[in-house]
Amino acid sequence: MSDKNIKKVSSHPSQNEGLIFEHSSPGKKAYRLRQLDVPTVDAAKELGSALRGEAAALPEVSEIEIIRHFTRLSTWNYAVDYGMYPLGSCTMKYNPRVNEVVARLEGLAGAHPYQPEAAAQGVLRVMKTLADQLIEICGMDAITLQPAAGAHGELTGILLMRAYLESKGNPRKKILIPDSAHGTNPATAAMVGYEVENLPSDPSGMVDLAALEAQMNEDVAGLMLTNPNTLGIFDAQIGKIAEILHRKGGLLYMDGANMNALVGKARPGDFGVDVMHLNLHKTFSTPHGGGGPGSGPVACKKHLEPFLPKPIVVEGANGQLRLDYDRPQSVGRVRAFFGNFGMHVRALAYIMANGPDGLRQTTEDAVMNANYVRSKLAGIYDLPYATPSMHEVVFSDKLQTKNGIKTGDIAKRLIDYGFHPYTVSFPMVVHGALMIEPTESEPLEELDLFIDAMKSIAEECASEPELVKGAPHSTRLSRLDETAAARKPILRWKPETK
Amino acid sequence: MRYLPKSPAERELMLGEIGVAKVDELFAPIPAEFRLTRDLAIPPQMAESEIVDWFRERAAENANGASILLGAGAYNHYRPLVIDSLISRGEWFTAYTPYQPEIAQGTLQAIFEFQTMICELTGMEVANASMYDGSTGAAEAVMMAMRVTGRGEAILARTVHPEYREVIATYAKYQGMPLSEVGFTENGRVDLAALDKAITPQTACVLIQSPNFFGTIEDVAAIADVVHAKGALLVVSIAEALSLGIVKPPVEADIVSLEAQSFGVPLSYGGPYAGVIATREKFIRQIPGRLCGQTVDRNGKRGFVLTLSTREQHIRREKATSNICTNQALVALMVNIYMDVYGKNGLRELAEQNLAKAAYARKALGAKSKVLFEGAPRFNEFVVQTKGNAEAIRKRLLDEHNIIGGLPLKKYYPELGEASLWCATELTSKAALDAAAEEVGR
Repeated sequence: MSDKNIKKVSSHPSQNEGLIFEHSSPGKKAYRLRQLDVPTVDAAKELGSALRGEAAALPEVSEIEIIRHFTRLSTWNYAVDYGMYPLGSCTMKYNPRVNEVVARLEGLAGAHPYQPEAAAQGVLRVMKTLADQLIEICGMDAITLQPAAGAHGELTGILLMRAYLESKGNPRKKILIPDSAHGTNPATAAMVGYEVENLPSDPSGMVDLAALEAQMNEDVAGLMLTNPNTLGIFDAQIGKIAEILHRKGGLLYMDGANMNALVGKARPGDFGVDVMHLNLHKTFSTPHGGGGPGSGPVACKKHLEPFLPKPIVVEGANGQLRLDYDRPQSVGRVRAFFGNFGMHVRALAYIMANGPDGLRQTTEDAVMNANYVRSKLAGIYDLPYATPSMHEVVFSDKLQTKNGIKTGDIAKRLIDYGFHPYTVSFPMVVHGALMIEPTESEPLEELDLFIDAMKSIAEECASEPELVKGAPHSTRLSRLDETAAARKPILRWKPETK
Repeated sequence: MRYLPKSPAERELMLGEIGVAKVDELFAPIPAEFRLTRDLAIPPQMAESEIVDWFRERAAENANGASILLGAGAYNHYRPLVIDSLISRGEWFTAYTPYQPEIAQGTLQAIFEFQTMICELTGMEVANASMYDGSTGAAEAVMMAMRVTGRGEAILARTVHPEYREVIATYAKYQGMPLSEVGFTENGRVDLAALDKAITPQTACVLIQSPNFFGTIEDVAAIADVVHAKGALLVVSIAEALSLGIVKPPVEADIVSLEAQSFGVPLSYGGPYAGVIATREKFIRQIPGRLCGQTVDRNGKRGFVLTLSTREQHIRREKATSNICTNQALVALMVNIYMDVYGKNGLRELAEQNLAKAAYARKALGAKSKVLFEGAPRFNEFVVQTKGNAEAIRKRLLDEHNIIGGLPLKKYYPELGEASLWCATELTSKAALDAAAEEVGR
């Protein structure tokens, strides 16, 4: 890498570290069991032919080696705690520490899902409080906290739609999905037995209303809409969209992935949405954890409430909370137990810390940050849609491809400047997309560093294209061969002697 | 607001740069009629100390410190302290799905290790990076069997966790996948003769759980023979992962769906947990969820990437193997660390302790009540039929002894009468078991 004035980083810290199996040596250990206060048993006698012969070849290592192994590995990860992580549609915001502390309180983290309701009033109160507040935030009437993630919430939401339509006599055949939608939307519709019909966007990036009018009929169960959509554009025709659907007996599903643009400023329930999911790991600050656990509550209007998964938490006249299983029209369960309760705790702690004014300010800052990035980078990068942006902005690599450089290359070069890349090549309606979502968590200083980096890379695309194409240069590993990984998959470690 | 890193002056400056006078102008795309012009009706901002207090109060309302003699899909095992110490590093919990492998090698290598450990434990050839939990994992495994065989029906053992079966029913309903159930015999195991009769040329798979919901270890090899003779696949769900420390892995299965909660994951009132699907190499193109694979960088150095993504929703959209996107990476990391702490020998010794506790518990509780399903091996759970009302016994144990007793089964298996499902782990004290035995026998 040439000697650049890169303000944020010099190089990523890294020590070499093998697989944990490669540290193993017979007899090393990191545990000591308790004294047994009951007689030992003969496992062979207890289990007979069900006794395991050879032990699983798990590593034999000591405690310090475990600590060092996972500490070294951790330094190979970029994280929100290091800096801006502008993955569009992922809402990589700050994960407050108090959330982690309260989720680990023994009475919450140690609660068994089948302990009697009388001895679970605290956990049920957490769930009920969160449920009530999310209902208010969404402007809906009812909610389930059971879904484990966003896509799981989508599944639940479409199940609700189907159950409702069936109760009206006809589940219908198709779900309309805009071409800008997340891949989970069509995959979900298929899981609930619906055909997927593509709905085109208009030149401004919004739903093509004429197409919607033409495609909407009694065969269509509804529309799955992300609003703001994956272009970061709020579909201003939302009232009309809902009306077209409702007029022909269809339902409007909102993918709440981009709810960080709306909280405290507008409520989906007020603009005609019948059912929606939230991603607590996006909008409500529960940590992404390297890819989960998430949580995907589904909120709905009154007419869909009878179909919610069971159980739901209800409050008796005496203030006692209980789990209501007596829901004959319920779609059933989508998960064992009650959902990712640990995430419910964290999301509620976040809402408590914010209050109504904090949530509104959060949304305003998120939208302001995206627009600030947009105003500074427009022209340097191609802006395919001039329509105003909400919480994220989508550029294309059109101005850079003339030097043979694609969005993926720019993303890799951004790593050298100390940032996590934006979302690459999505949404697919934009060729060579750069999808940038700063979130509210970025200070002005960090945004300016990011903008400087993006500008500098744009210059490099013209002056030193090979530098960009070869990036990243500052990481422990250079670009990885994904084609080779897929051609001959190696999905587990094996000892060399085997 | 303390999480927002802007001063009023900075906001002014930024709005000026954007070219608007007020932030509300940025919300102009939202039609005025849909804009919220009031505060959300939620409580005002709370201080950190107030938040901690509020949750401490709630935590105190949950039978804190009670002895838990209950499993049923959620197991009370000790969590080594290094787990939370390590996963509290921001590099682990504030990162996302490793879409950019050069700056996500930590997460990727940890997943690769996890996949390896799951293969070792289950005797399968490949494992995915995790599913939401054991129940949804089982549902996905059943749908996977449908894709592999091209057949459209599934048979579930009634000894599979009742809530898992409910989840599978929800998933299968609109896949056009008829489900049927097969019962159990006197010893609590799948009724082999009935199973043999139930399998048809349309049967994609048979799902069993082992140890099953009653704690009984199924004769997996015998079931596999029956299932495979008719060209169906055998899917084995394992809810108590620790059993694999001492119980023979279900190597005869075609797909294993494991709930890994026992390995260092807090009970947390039912979640987050981590499911995982393991299978044979020949089925990898049909496996749902993320897979991590080994590769090399441009200099030939070993590294890891997410791979075989053409199975997944972001590429295949409505033709994907599943709609799953996010999995349970941080929970899988806990599981990885747990397996490192106990390792090859520790897992076995720990499982032996569970076996010993459960044997004692069965003897104690069985002294004055009837332990059901004799004649087949068990791990750490068992069913007790009582003379008295199971709910009443449970209430007395809680009120008078601070013990969370066995789960009454009448709701799920009315034919068993006053029966309840008990569990003893390494954390269960002899004293708690003796006290429970007293009440159960009353």
